[in-house]
Amino acid sequence: MHCAVLVFPGSNCDVDLYKAVLHLKGATVEYVWHKGTDLDRFDVILIPGGFTYGDYLRPGALAAVSPVIATVKKAAESGKLILGICNGFQILIEAGLLPGALLPNQNLQFICDVVPVKVAQSDSPFTSSYQLGDVLRLPIAHSSGNYYCDEVTLKKLEVNGQIAFCFPAENNPNGSIAGITGLLNEQRNVLGMMPHPERAVKQWLGTSDGLGLFKSMIKHHIA
Amino acid sequence: MSQEPSPQQIAEKKIYRQMGLIPDEYNRIVELLGRQPNYTETGIFAVMWSEHCSYKNSKPLLKLFPTEGPQVLQGPGEGAGIVDIGDGWAVVFKVESHNHPTAVEPYQGAATGVGGILRDIFSMGARPIALMNSLRFGKLDKAHNRYLLSHAVSGIAAYGNCIGVPTVGGEVFIEACYDENPLVNVFCLGIVKHDQIQHGKASGLGNPLLYLGNATGRDGIHGATFASEELSEGSVSKRPAVQVGDPFAGKRLLEACLEIYHTGAVVSVQDMGAAGLTCSSIEMGFKGQTGIDLDLDKVPKRAEAMTAYEIMLSESQERMLFVIEKGRESEVQKICEKWEVPNAIIGEVTNNQHLSLFQDGQLVADLPLDACCGLTPVYQREARPPEKEMLPKSLSLEKEPENYLSVLKELLVHPNISDKSWVYQQYDSMVGTRTAQGPGGDAAVIILEECQKALAISMDGNSRYVFLDPYLGGLITVAEAARNVVCAGGRPLALTDGMNYGSPEKPEIFWQIKESVRGMAVACEFLSLPVTGGNVSLYNESGGEAIYPTPIIGMVGLIENLHHVTPSNFQSLGDQIWLLGETFAELEGSCYQEIRASRIFGNAPKLELDREKRLQEAVLLAIKSGLVSSAHDISLGGLAVALVKASTESFTASISFESALRIDEFLFSESQSRILLSIPSQSSASLQSIMADQRISAMMIGEVVSNQFSISFKDESLIEDQIQSLKACWRNGLRDYFTKT
Repeated sequence: MHCAVLVFPGSNCDVDLYKAVLHLKGATVEYVWHKGTDLDRFDVILIPGGFTYGDYLRPGALAAVSPVIATVKKAAESGKLILGICNGFQILIEAGLLPGALLPNQNLQFICDVVPVKVAQSDSPFTSSYQLGDVLRLPIAHSSGNYYCDEVTLKKLEVNGQIAFCFPAENNPNGSIAGITGLLNEQRNVLGMMPHPERAVKQWLGTSDGLGLFKSMIKHHIA
Repeated sequence: MSQEPSPQQIAEKKIYRQMGLIPDEYNRIVELLGRQPNYTETGIFAVMWSEHCSYKNSKPLLKLFPTEGPQVLQGPGEGAGIVDIGDGWAVVFKVESHNHPTAVEPYQGAATGVGGILRDIFSMGARPIALMNSLRFGKLDKAHNRYLLSHAVSGIAAYGNCIGVPTVGGEVFIEACYDENPLVNVFCLGIVKHDQIQHGKASGLGNPLLYLGNATGRDGIHGATFASEELSEGSVSKRPAVQVGDPFAGKRLLEACLEIYHTGAVVSVQDMGAAGLTCSSIEMGFKGQTGIDLDLDKVPKRAEAMTAYEIMLSESQERMLFVIEKGRESEVQKICEKWEVPNAIIGEVTNNQHLSLFQDGQLVADLPLDACCGLTPVYQREARPPEKEMLPKSLSLEKEPENYLSVLKELLVHPNISDKSWVYQQYDSMVGTRTAQGPGGDAAVIILEECQKALAISMDGNSRYVFLDPYLGGLITVAEAARNVVCAGGRPLALTDGMNYGSPEKPEIFWQIKESVRGMAVACEFLSLPVTGGNVSLYNESGGEAIYPTPIIGMVGLIENLHHVTPSNFQSLGDQIWLLGETFAELEGSCYQEIRASRIFGNAPKLELDREKRLQEAVLLAIKSGLVSSAHDISLGGLAVALVKASTESFTASISFESALRIDEFLFSESQSRILLSIPSQSSASLQSIMADQRISAMMIGEVVSNQFSISFKDESLIEDQIQSLKACWRNGLRDYFTKT
């Protein structure tokens, strides 16, 4: 499984994501600068967290119109796996690859914490190593992760099984609707999520619950 | 442009005074130059001779600090100190204050403090990997102080989070003396391979000067001078002296610089921080014993018709000045273009030991470098101890409290003791995936996978003790910072100091500075801890009232084996809880005294350096021998508070003790040189033998249990409560000020 980690001016979880994949058996990884337009050699495209373009205008809004994202859209259509984490999720939404919006957190502050996150869909290339209902401990670190969509869209997301991860109702740190914090597209080859699996790959980091995500992708690739 | 006063007018109307120079200093400048300086030159002298750039008041004292050791690769004098950690790797670290800017514009004031310290670190060639901060604000029942603190925290968060350097620790103290004059000290640490270390010595006749970063605007003019004055009602009008930060520009600048270093084309580099282009160009030329010509027309500008004075004194953020090898300009500029960082060749290295500024083809300023930099005045200020206040023998402390549980709860909600997560959850403490222990413990632990080592870093200062006894307080500041590093399993290596005081022109204040520096220097010497640099912030006064003397330390320790990383919380049921060190009747200056007597007075707790050193050696040995489950420094609030803080939702303490002291003394004294350990019961004999060898008193006081926190004295129950309920008090003490008002 050959992975691209996209790098924009202002990306800052690019190295973490690269390191997380580098140590996995069955995966190779390479950085791709935001001006690149050739993603043919990659099986998986990873969009890291950070503050692309300083979050100017809206988080993800400027990165969403960069050259590499135009290619990412084509890759998504062709069925390649696309994973956007934190700012990467914001970019996927701004690029129209996922529905809804990510609003400022309910408390209007940046929140950095390790929180419980429930697996709401285990039938996807990203989540097959987890069991439905598993409660993972994953880091979050964002100021605009409050997921919102209208009622009709929400219904559709539920019916299609597009909700991959959600916060438990009693512990919803940012106010997301239905606790949604990980979202698949209809074809389930695109995942955007606010929690950082790349920060949860070693016990000394406090949790290794993020490993399952990468393992699922490798499993999918081999199959 | 032609409205600038002439050299004669500057002299006659004493215009230099508005820039912060006094008549004696001005006369000395005229003598050094052999003529009257023009307006631009006067401005340059004013900032170069300000306390912020010249240390003219503090230099004689700072000389007391030990600055050498086999581990020190770079001591004071460059952007930051550098310490060897072995295997070809080094750490670069420093503390910087942004007090005055924060007082008038807390968000930008604090944010640009972070930006500035980051540039200090990467100007040395290092990649910054950790930030910490130390915050001092006035009482939070005042809305203005809540505004200052919350906006300063947002500013720090905005900069650090965006640039992607984790904020891994720090401290917050609330005290009335910081009303109107808050302190924001920020610490940054970076790592670098020895062969990538950069310096700020301009050399090579004809080598070009490359300006890198944001365009220069009219912001922050005379920031360094402003930082060297007392705050007054007029200070708010100096808001334009506060710069505006742009972390996105900072991130691009950081990545561009690190990439440029790898070309090998860099001769020298310096951050344009305080006094901007002035300080960076003069210092580089002076340290290299060369000279600098600058063509101000080439400087990227964001405003029209800027004068030489404005260009030289601007403190616009996110700028660096490089000297690069002649002929390699385009190679370096290509990297700047990749990261979309503005850049321009603005001058060259000469050999005339002068800074010469050209504008519109005219020489507009011409100053000998040594006059600006080496021949700055040094003041030997008068120090006089304040008259000893007649101490009230407080009635309220004569009796022991009736209800120990309610006293403990009162301590737990005290903003200086309570949980600081309301603050630190706004900081990304994990980006970089190196953080093994983030904020909330005794010291932060950063893993360096590059060399299979870890660092323990801590930021500490207790200005109450320094106020009550500056010498003793100085000793404690160093000892406690080192102790925190030891608790995390680290051997302290070196430190950086942030010195925050009132006006040195007042003999009582200068005495505080002198005595506390003396105390710190003695402790550093005794514990073999070199000071590799730091920051001095004086004139922290408003309305004529000075802050408590507030030295703050950033301590860096090395954990040589990842197995030695030690948490501060209890880890497993049934572990024994040990109290190391002696407890004395030392309630003066404590939080307990404050809540019972409504103020602090008396003496700071005593500190014996020899005992401190033995304690630290013993605990390190115990950790390295694998005996220790958790280690926690006993500080504010004493033993009882330490026990709650070491507890988690699942693990807490059941304590039973006997003591010749009064119960409140035993539970709440802030006696120094004490550490709380939890250990598996089978480690008990080995622990006792290590402690006996080092002559450290060690007392088994209880065990780790689930759920029910309890303390009893000779079988009589003093405190008993669910740990969840105590933790709730602790968690909400500070948070409630911001979420309930």
